[in-house]
Amino acid sequence: MTVQELPGAAAAYRPTPPPAWKPRTDPAPLLPDPEPYRVLGTDAAAGADPELLLRLYAELVRGRRYNAQATALTKQGRLAVYPSSTGQEACEVAAALALEERDWLFPSYRDTLAAVARGLDPVQALTLLRGDWHTGYDPHEHRIAPLCTPLATQLPHAVGLAHAARLKGDDVVALALVGDGGSSEGDFHEALNFAAVWQAPVVFLVQNNGFAISVPLAKQTAAPSLAHKAVGYGMPGRLVDGNDAAAVHEVLADAVARARRGGGPTLIEAVTYRIEAHTNADDATRYRVESEVEAWRAHDPIRLLERELTERGLLDEDGIRAAADAAETMAAQLRDGMNADPVLDPMDLFAHVYAEQTSQLREQAAQLRAELDAEGEAR
Amino acid sequence: MTTAAVKPASMAQALQRAMRDAMAEDPTVHVMGEDVGTLGGVFRVTDGLAKEFGEDRCTDTPLAEAGILGTAVGMAMYGLRPVVEMQFDAFAYPAFEQLISHVARMRNRTRGGMPLPITVRVPYGGGIGGVEHHSDSSEAYYMATPGLHVVTPATVDDAYGLLRAAIASDDPVVFLEPKRLYWSKAEWSPDAPSAVEPIGRAVVRRPGRSATLITYGPSVPVCMEAAEAAAAEGWDLEVVDLRSLVPFDDETVCASVRRTGRAVVVHESTGFGGPGGEIAARVTERCFHHLEAPVLRVAGFDIPYPPPMLERHHLPGVDRVLDAVARLQWEAGS
Repeated sequence: MTVQELPGAAAAYRPTPPPAWKPRTDPAPLLPDPEPYRVLGTDAAAGADPELLLRLYAELVRGRRYNAQATALTKQGRLAVYPSSTGQEACEVAAALALEERDWLFPSYRDTLAAVARGLDPVQALTLLRGDWHTGYDPHEHRIAPLCTPLATQLPHAVGLAHAARLKGDDVVALALVGDGGSSEGDFHEALNFAAVWQAPVVFLVQNNGFAISVPLAKQTAAPSLAHKAVGYGMPGRLVDGNDAAAVHEVLADAVARARRGGGPTLIEAVTYRIEAHTNADDATRYRVESEVEAWRAHDPIRLLERELTERGLLDEDGIRAAADAAETMAAQLRDGMNADPVLDPMDLFAHVYAEQTSQLREQAAQLRAELDAEGEAR
Repeated sequence: MTTAAVKPASMAQALQRAMRDAMAEDPTVHVMGEDVGTLGGVFRVTDGLAKEFGEDRCTDTPLAEAGILGTAVGMAMYGLRPVVEMQFDAFAYPAFEQLISHVARMRNRTRGGMPLPITVRVPYGGGIGGVEHHSDSSEAYYMATPGLHVVTPATVDDAYGLLRAAIASDDPVVFLEPKRLYWSKAEWSPDAPSAVEPIGRAVVRRPGRSATLITYGPSVPVCMEAAEAAAAEGWDLEVVDLRSLVPFDDETVCASVRRTGRAVVVHESTGFGGPGGEIAARVTERCFHHLEAPVLRVAGFDIPYPPPMLERHHLPGVDRVLDAVARLQWEAGS
């Protein structure tokens, strides 16, 4: 059959115009500024609350000491592993302090400091990493979800919790922390999409520390910034200097307030740097040069804030020493807590698999009980 | 009390009624998934729930299974009881990480502090002429994950009773709905629904003395038919419907096999690595001295689910069950 034989082919082809189309949301206000937002060392610093800055400073110093102590404990074999957040303390601390008590924090495995700054006992925060039970605290007590090891899978949890809270009429906000690597995961996409469609009161904070173990950001994404990803979901994206505690706190507090008053979710990218290796099992010299690390050391979050506070006369040598002493006390308590051998009950293996043990688990528990008794008798 | 007229009702209607009753009794029960609201689900199992309870209680979600289950986790953390629909067996796979890494173990990793009462409804199995990715029997994957209950009804009564129990459970339940039984009907009064059926108990659907057919879900009617056909040849077959794969009812199964001395496990899922291997091993370990023959399995072939035009050759039917029963006349050395 030739083209001429097709029915209706004689009539000239007239394409039907598509129905009118327009974007649902004006993307312009959703786009992040091209430069990370800064407060310290700029005119904006004058507007910052001195009390808040001092609190941030004390927590930063405590956090840095915590990272150093936990790293030392890893070398002594007291911790199975510790992913240090040295250099990223401003993100951790500002995130925690931007929340109200009734809000929820959804941390990833590197975010122990955020949990501690939120009030969690420093020893309890390391339960997972010392190889004791997986979560050493009651998540409902502090409103901190368990430290999450799979990447980005805690983000939809944050969305669901925030959504549920809003359905119940509670003005609770959920804050979810994720890394630059985690932003490539499918759960990151699904969480942001659900949050925007549901207008859930949730804030996503990406701590872009430069590397997903060894893979640099350039191999992670082709987006102009991770904050740019927000516009595709229909939520605002904000870019902030992750080493500027005052800036991170301000941007987070804005997003939390916006979520609380029904404004929906926000994606924040905090640009920072992981000064230490990924964990003690990692050799960072294989994928980055020392000069890059040095450049970031010069932009240290504690020094930035310390300079601001001393120049404004809010902090002197006594104040610096007091913060260091408080951090030292915490470190000593952490050492004591971690050096005390935990007592684990093997029968707990069967205690919390189901609300009620199945007959199969009862049989297995009886088997272990008998083995333990035999061990006891042999001793 | 006036007894409502008993009339034929389908499994889909019983499941809908179970969710409706649960939602009416407990305001924390939320139904969510792709197409569950306005459309009432592609199988109409959630028909009318959004209209009756509002879109906040029966929610059309974005099309993203990990997101559906992942947000349900957060909702459960805040005290809700999500009932999640996965539309089709193979569509649930993107949600596996959420299921395995979080749903199944949140109670355990929080030392009981954060139980997740989530029901994951998965229409499963073949026999409806579905194209690729619409007919998988995925139960072995779920069974292999501690922390999950795995339940599958075969009757209209059980569809109601077991789904009510699943929603009421403080543990996550993977609720497998046999697609090809959705429209199977039974005498059932939708105005006076059957009782809630506790999870974890198998039931003897047909008593018999010669051998036990151990089965569940879509294979239960096949085994019932096989038992009727076998009766003509002098075999008096007992049919045990497991209903719950996890927890497994060793007691009912083993009591039956000890009575009959012979057993065949029947299911659609693949034989290799499938549920039948586990069941046969359990029965052998517990009933060895009562067995007159090896425990046999009648399962789907060890192939990816075939196209609809060939699925009748793959799915275990009555003849294949009867062949296995004939092989139970086993003699040592044969």
